[in-house]
Amino acid sequence: MPVQEAREHRGLLRLITCGSVDDGKSTLLGRLLLETHSILEDQFTALRADSGRAGGAGAGIDLAWLVDGLMAEREQGITIDVAYRFFHTAKRKFIVADTPGHEQYTRNMVTGASTADVAVILVDARKGVLTQTRRHAYLTALLGVRRLVLAVNKMDLVGHARERFDAIVADFGEFARQAQLPPVTAIPLVATNGDNVATASAAMPWHAGTTLLNYLETVALDDEEPAKRPFRMPVQWVNRAQGLRGLAGQIVSGLVRVGDHVQVWPAGTESVVARVITGQDERQSAVGGQSTQIVLGTEVDAGRGSVVAALEHPPQVADQFEATVIWLHEAPLLQGRSYLLKIGTQLAAATVAPVRYRVNVNTLEQLAAERLELNDIGVCELALDRDIVFAPYAEDRALGGFVLIDRVTNATVGAGLIRFALRRAANLHRQLLDVDKAVRARQKAQRPRVVWLTGLSGAGKSTIANLLERKLVAGGRHTYLLDGDNVRLGLNRDLGFSAQDRVANVRRIAEVAKLMVDAGLIVIVSAISPFRAERRTARELFEPGEFVEVFVDTPLEVVEQRDAKGLYRKARAGLLKNFTGIDSPYEVPESPEVHLRTTGMSVESAALQLLAYLD
Amino acid sequence: MTTLTHLDRLEAESIHIFREVVAECENPVFLYSIGKDSSVMLRLALKAFHPAPPPFPFLHVASGWDFRSMLEHRDRTVREHGLRLIVAENPEAAVRGINPFDTPTPEYTREVLTDPLKAALDRHGFDAAFGGARRDEEVSRAKERVFSLRSSQHRWDPRAQRPELWQLYNARKQRGESLRVFPLSNWTELDIWQYIAREDIALVPLYFAAERPVVERGEQWLLVDDDRMRLLPGEVPTLRSVRFRTLGCYPLSGALASRASTVEEIIAETVVSRRSERQGRAVDRDQTASMERKKQEGYF
Repeated sequence: MPVQEAREHRGLLRLITCGSVDDGKSTLLGRLLLETHSILEDQFTALRADSGRAGGAGAGIDLAWLVDGLMAEREQGITIDVAYRFFHTAKRKFIVADTPGHEQYTRNMVTGASTADVAVILVDARKGVLTQTRRHAYLTALLGVRRLVLAVNKMDLVGHARERFDAIVADFGEFARQAQLPPVTAIPLVATNGDNVATASAAMPWHAGTTLLNYLETVALDDEEPAKRPFRMPVQWVNRAQGLRGLAGQIVSGLVRVGDHVQVWPAGTESVVARVITGQDERQSAVGGQSTQIVLGTEVDAGRGSVVAALEHPPQVADQFEATVIWLHEAPLLQGRSYLLKIGTQLAAATVAPVRYRVNVNTLEQLAAERLELNDIGVCELALDRDIVFAPYAEDRALGGFVLIDRVTNATVGAGLIRFALRRAANLHRQLLDVDKAVRARQKAQRPRVVWLTGLSGAGKSTIANLLERKLVAGGRHTYLLDGDNVRLGLNRDLGFSAQDRVANVRRIAEVAKLMVDAGLIVIVSAISPFRAERRTARELFEPGEFVEVFVDTPLEVVEQRDAKGLYRKARAGLLKNFTGIDSPYEVPESPEVHLRTTGMSVESAALQLLAYLD
Repeated sequence: MTTLTHLDRLEAESIHIFREVVAECENPVFLYSIGKDSSVMLRLALKAFHPAPPPFPFLHVASGWDFRSMLEHRDRTVREHGLRLIVAENPEAAVRGINPFDTPTPEYTREVLTDPLKAALDRHGFDAAFGGARRDEEVSRAKERVFSLRSSQHRWDPRAQRPELWQLYNARKQRGESLRVFPLSNWTELDIWQYIAREDIALVPLYFAAERPVVERGEQWLLVDDDRMRLLPGEVPTLRSVRFRTLGCYPLSGALASRASTVEEIIAETVVSRRSERQGRAVDRDQTASMERKKQEGYF
């Protein structure tokens, strides 16, 4: 390629390639790299050495090996993760998300599709449109990829027959209408020798359309006209250097100029743009895609999570949504559990309640579901602990796409696409009352708190709780004891012992305890509450210092041997399912306020130890 | 309205990454290797936080076998931009006789690069470290996230990577865990050179062809940078016009014969080049999948 071409300003296109096993996806990618001179001699040499060592491909070079990276996948002969590849032509730089096609890797396909402008979906001409083809098309369209290429590969193995190609295109077209997919461009290919990849195929003169590379070089992109959409910039960070107060962020859409009237959301405070600083330069304007700093003309309360938006086009603000959720983790999504939700630069606590349905991505059927497993896609209602600025995902990926993060492990467990707000947060006001917790606490002359006893069944929680309450009442305190077993007989009678129901059980107990603390009481909770995540969520309902976690630490051998209610025997015999400590986990508290090691300790001294802590 | 070029988009993405880390991490550090990628990354950091200097220190892991002109360039750069420099070393390795000539390369790398890096990260309690790695460099990097979690032992688990959708990076971690963050993930070698040309970024002179005293080993030219260079019987350093595509320890960094003495000429050579740049590094070629192994152990 001549130097002057390489130095020309080029655009950037992101694409995702997907296909079933053996459709020739890696070969097609290898071919694109080869045709654009992106494969280097020493990579070729190293490949030869590796092929020889693994004894697989033998003397011949398999183009697919150019793009299959990790040791693990070479050993298994599969592609296990999203890999990013790069090539360029005189017109554009291309970033390829290369994603595996197996069902269990929906996670990776969704990741690759989240940023893609174009999806290239491979079909083996001999096999035609498969279940996997439909799934890939559906997933990429769901993630907002607006241009699909149906690449019908291995045309040489069907005699370059036009009838075969037309039949596949018609078959896919039927599905595309049903699934409401964006427009599809179909191209017949032979990846192994490059027919219709970069050069028109002599063997398929009947194909009047474009080659794949030509399509990728010329297809129009949305982001080439960023100013068409209203201005939005999520604030990442406030630059306070030299008294600047620069709101730093990447503009997600639109155009901003010095002098523009803007609002800072979610508060909706108005101001005017005084300066635009991009890189180290003062500018008059900035556009979607650029990272910049905006200095406002008035002092406005803005920080990470704020969104600066055009005055004439305000964004939506809400705290409850219907969203499509794609589950990415081995541990399932549980209704009622609290997750962290990150959208743009905003962070909120989110609870799923309820899962409305799960989508069978092969048939597009809607199925009833109470939880989402790894690679499931479902439509859920989400309740957040605060207002966020958002847009429906179909309109704006940056303000409509979110990830869910586990609060304990910090793993990214889910991804979501906002469909619409369920109701505007502005319509909901918490009633403010004159008599509040502080007034009620003063009246009772005590500090309202919740003493939360967690531990295995039979550890002694209820016995200790009972004695503690007697001592508190004897000391003139106002108390209430919420016993897990008793609550299950009433308020939580509808709940069983699945992980799902345990989450709901603990959440309800915590909410009731919170009301009672608000009433000024000292609340003693005695509940197995086996999961860290729910105990943490419970803790977060209370003010700092109000939540006293007590680990009643009696070893499993001891409680099992004691087995006052005969439950462990039943569980061991398989008569009781989901029994904590036997076939359902107990997650030990990491830093409880009080740790009662009950072995060798009397109930009396345990209660006294708690009493001492509370004083 | 002019549309953004590929360099504009890469720049904006990298600046966004820098700011995410500063907003979400407590104690980030910039791993400064002095090379061209580090130099581009520094320019991006200066832009991200302008008018203040980047709000984190710069860590250089000095093997003791760095090219002399790299160290000169480092000190000049630090002075010019008012950066806070931390130098990590393992002087005890040299005392034990660890050197690039006798020690097998994997052990050498661990002793003089990986171990001092990990020790410095631990000593200063850094919870995020910016590295200049690019996904086009090497196959295992093609699959690494922009925000890459490391265990408290600094190990990378390629099978347990967090999904990274849109530009939503998950910077949350447990105490003791840390992040390696790669703002240049989506840049290629050509992008780097084009950006250096566009931004007029100063580099270590070794990147540009000049007459230098070298010896030929295998298919590589090695620079005789000081009198510690061990010559094989019959080897006599000769003056050749050479340049380097990557810089590291001088006895392990191969030069290539070239007359490209300007960025434009280097771009011309890079565009037609049929050799990938890590080819000059003996470190990566020693075992199949050696980079993946080293990364699992904590190397960049």
